[in-house]
Amino acid sequence: MAGVTDEQLQGMSQEERAKALGMTTEQLTGRSLFIEFDPEAEERFGYPWAPDVDYNKRIEVDTDELSTTEVNEKLRALMAEGYGSIVVKNPRGKHALGVGILNRLNLVFEGSLGYFAVGLIDGPNVRINGRVGWSCGENMMSGTVVIEKNAGSTFGAAIRGGDLVCKGSVGSRTGIDMKGGTIIVGGDTGALSGFMMQRGRMIVCGDAGKNLGDSMYDGTIYIGGEIRSLGVDAVEVELTELDRKWLTRKLSQYDLLPSQGVDHFTKIVAGKQLWNYDNLEPTEKKLIL
Amino acid sequence: MAGTQYRGSEIKDVDQFLNDSKGLDSEREKEIGQHIGYRYDVNLVPDYDRLTPFLKDYMEYMGWDDLNWLEDVHMGYEDGNAAVFDRNINGWVRVPKSIEMPDNQQDRDMIARELLIKFQMSDRHPLVNLRKAYAKF
Repeated sequence: MAGVTDEQLQGMSQEERAKALGMTTEQLTGRSLFIEFDPEAEERFGYPWAPDVDYNKRIEVDTDELSTTEVNEKLRALMAEGYGSIVVKNPRGKHALGVGILNRLNLVFEGSLGYFAVGLIDGPNVRINGRVGWSCGENMMSGTVVIEKNAGSTFGAAIRGGDLVCKGSVGSRTGIDMKGGTIIVGGDTGALSGFMMQRGRMIVCGDAGKNLGDSMYDGTIYIGGEIRSLGVDAVEVELTELDRKWLTRKLSQYDLLPSQGVDHFTKIVAGKQLWNYDNLEPTEKKLIL
Repeated sequence: MAGTQYRGSEIKDVDQFLNDSKGLDSEREKEIGQHIGYRYDVNLVPDYDRLTPFLKDYMEYMGWDDLNWLEDVHMGYEDGNAAVFDRNINGWVRVPKSIEMPDNQQDRDMIARELLIKFQMSDRHPLVNLRKAYAKF
C-alpha cells in the first residue's frame, strides 16, 4: 500500500489494484484481523471521498425529460459542484431515483416516485412530496427520508439505519428483514410487518395487519392502534419510561405525536423461542471435524 | 441500564463481559462452550441527556435532530475487551485500554458512537482501500 500513488492505481487493473493495496482473495478462516481505535483520531464528519457540499447552495432540477440514470448522474454531478440542497421537479414516478447517495444532502422530490426510491443511501435528508412504490429506502444506512403521502409494500426492506418516515399508510411486509434504524408510519401498516426483523425500531401510529413481527429475532415494534394478529414468536411486553420518552421525542420530530400521547402504544418484541442456531452449532462443528 | 433478559443468559452487571470474557451463564451455553446472543442490550434506546460535544457537532453537521443511525450503536465486548461493532467492515473494533470506561452503559454507548464515527471517517478505515480497489464510479 505504501508508495503506491492514486495515479499509479488508476493505471492498473482491478486485480492489480487489490494486490497493490495489500488485499488477498483467498478464503480466510478464523480471526484474521485485529483493529483498534486510535484515541488521537482526527475529528471528521464525512467519508474521506464524500463531496464537500454546502446546505446553503441550492438548485432546482426539472427531470421531466430525463431517464432514471440521467437523473441520478445529474444529482452526483451537482453534489460534486458543492450543491447541498437539491429540489427535483417532475420526477413522474420514475423508479430507483436518488439511490446510493453516501454524503450529507438536502434532497426534495416534488412529486411521486416509483419502486426502490432512495435505496442504499448513507447520510442525506430526503423529503418526498408525494407517494412512493415498493421498497422505498431499501438497505438505507443512515439519514432521514420523509414521505408525505402513502407508500407501497416492503417499505424499508433490509434497512440498517436512519429514520424512514411515511406520514400516510404503507403496504404489507414493512421493514422486512430490517437490521437497524427506525421506521415510522403515520397511518396503518399491512400484513407481515416486521417479518424476520433482526434489530431496530418500528413505530406505527395506526393499525397493523395480520402476523405482525412474524419470526422476528430482535428489535422493537410499537403499535398505536389495533393489531390484527401477532406472528410466530412475537410477544407483547410492557412499555418502559425510556420507551415513552424516546417515542415522544421521535414522533414529535416528524409532527406525528398523537394528541393523546404515547401511553396507548403496544410494545412488541421477539419471544426468542426461535433462537435455534445455538442448537445447530454442535452439529455443524461435528460436520466440519 | 444493564439488565436485559436474554434467552441464553442475563446481563446482570455493566462489567459482566469485561470481568468474565466467556460469559457462559445458561446450561446451554456451558454445553456448547459459547455465549448465545449479543453482548449488549440491542434494544436499549439512547439517553439524550448524555450526548458528548462531538456527537452534538456531528448531528448539527449532518442536519439531524438526533443520533439517527447511531441509535443502534452500543458498546459491546469481545473476549473481555470493550469493542464496537462496525457494520461497514462487519467486525469488531477494540477500544484501547487507555480509554477509561464509565460505570454505566448509556455513557459507554456514547463513547462507542464517537469512536466509531472518527474511525469510519478516517483514512485508516479499510473501506478507503476497498473503494480504491473496487469502486466502479
